[in-house]
Amino acid sequence: MTIVPETPSRLVVIHPLVVRITHWINAVAVFCMLFSGWAIYNASPLFPFAFPKWATLGGWLGGALAWHFAAMWLFAFNGLAYLIYGLLARHFATTFLPLTPGAIWRDARAALRFRLVHRIGRYNAVQRLAYGVAIALGLLLVASGCALWKPVQWQALANLFGGYEWARRVHFAAMAGLGGFILLHLALVAIVPSTLLAMITGRARVTEETVR
Amino acid sequence: MPRDPDDAARLKALRRDLAPDLARLERRMVLRGGLSLGALTLLSGCDLSTGSNGTLADRVLWAMSRANDRVQQWLFDPATLAPTYPASMIDSPFRFNAFYPPDNIPEIDEATWKLEVSGLVADKAPWTLAKLRALPQESQITRHICIEGWSQIGQWSGVPLRTLLERSGADLTAKFVGFKCADRYYGSLDMPSALHPQTILALDFAGQPLAPEYGYPLRVRVPTKLGFKSPKHIAAIFVTNDYPGGYWEDQGYNWFSGI
Repeated sequence: MTIVPETPSRLVVIHPLVVRITHWINAVAVFCMLFSGWAIYNASPLFPFAFPKWATLGGWLGGALAWHFAAMWLFAFNGLAYLIYGLLARHFATTFLPLTPGAIWRDARAALRFRLVHRIGRYNAVQRLAYGVAIALGLLLVASGCALWKPVQWQALANLFGGYEWARRVHFAAMAGLGGFILLHLALVAIVPSTLLAMITGRARVTEETVR
Repeated sequence: MPRDPDDAARLKALRRDLAPDLARLERRMVLRGGLSLGALTLLSGCDLSTGSNGTLADRVLWAMSRANDRVQQWLFDPATLAPTYPASMIDSPFRFNAFYPPDNIPEIDEATWKLEVSGLVADKAPWTLAKLRALPQESQITRHICIEGWSQIGQWSGVPLRTLLERSGADLTAKFVGFKCADRYYGSLDMPSALHPQTILALDFAGQPLAPEYGYPLRVRVPTKLGFKSPKHIAAIFVTNDYPGGYWEDQGYNWFSGI
């Protein structure tokens, strides 16, 4: 009789507390910004479509703007806390780097052929790129949003986007990009539900070989 | 007819009395239509409709809007000018925009029209169009940005509001300048914005006396604020330290609305 050894595994913290707190605050803030933003868009659509009423927040333009201009502080200051933590605690350096074009190409091809193994606690190159892009889109949303909020007081910033009217389009495009990221993000959580629990408890059971 | 403060207070009270009934009616319609995100906000009163003493969500939203007023007052630089544009960039046709359809544009008789000045001013003598035309004029080609998001470039000229306030002996340390309009609209500005060099009482639009749809005979033009802060068809100006609110502001648009 032979004894099959169990794969050694243990619980490790894969999401630090600061990341978990800022993640969930951000989830609420983005939800408010997105759905109130769609209501504001509907008041004067840039493109030949409007967002369905059921997907808007605030009831009317004044209500939607009140939500948008209240939640923007939550989004901005929570994002700032996350960025400061990410830089100072070297969270970005250890979880999102290194990131090379070669690794992105390799992992993207593997992902498209459904051959990319998901390892809890360690991001592949495509994930690293996606999170980097999401952070960049968040920064772009804040910057273009500031240009729309204060195109006179901060006209240098508005000019950077090509003026008020172009800032509207940049703000919309960045929103669409972040919306796309969120859809992908939620789809992947649906495929690997244990990641949802990990973002709440911060802990995940990992086998020894995946622990660096 | 200009709306006096009593009227405004009565209307506000009426709106408050009606709000619960409207909310109930809305709820019934919403439940029939099925639950949705938009409906959820109506159900719980997160749309400012219950006022600054209403539901928790509405109280928070109103308080945040007042906090945003203070932030914007702090951000406002009296020396920063709104960008100006060449005549070639003027948008034509220019939108008509009001809380009523064009049929309801007030008809104003030039012969009897007067601009009343009241409140914290030394000289309450009303102004006629001829007297206003005799004052130094200022012209600007600036971008009008609507709270709805759209924007258009237009040309306005008229009397700097600062000039009129100075000539009327207004207390320039007062907090607010209020406006009453011939179409029941009303509004107000913070004093620093009222004294901004580009804040004018426009008599002309696109080089012509204001057409009825653009606010004949006199409108405010504040290129450092959203469009709804520039009332049309103004009939009276008053200087005060008591917050005067505004037609849209009393319903929930942010009061300062600087850009």
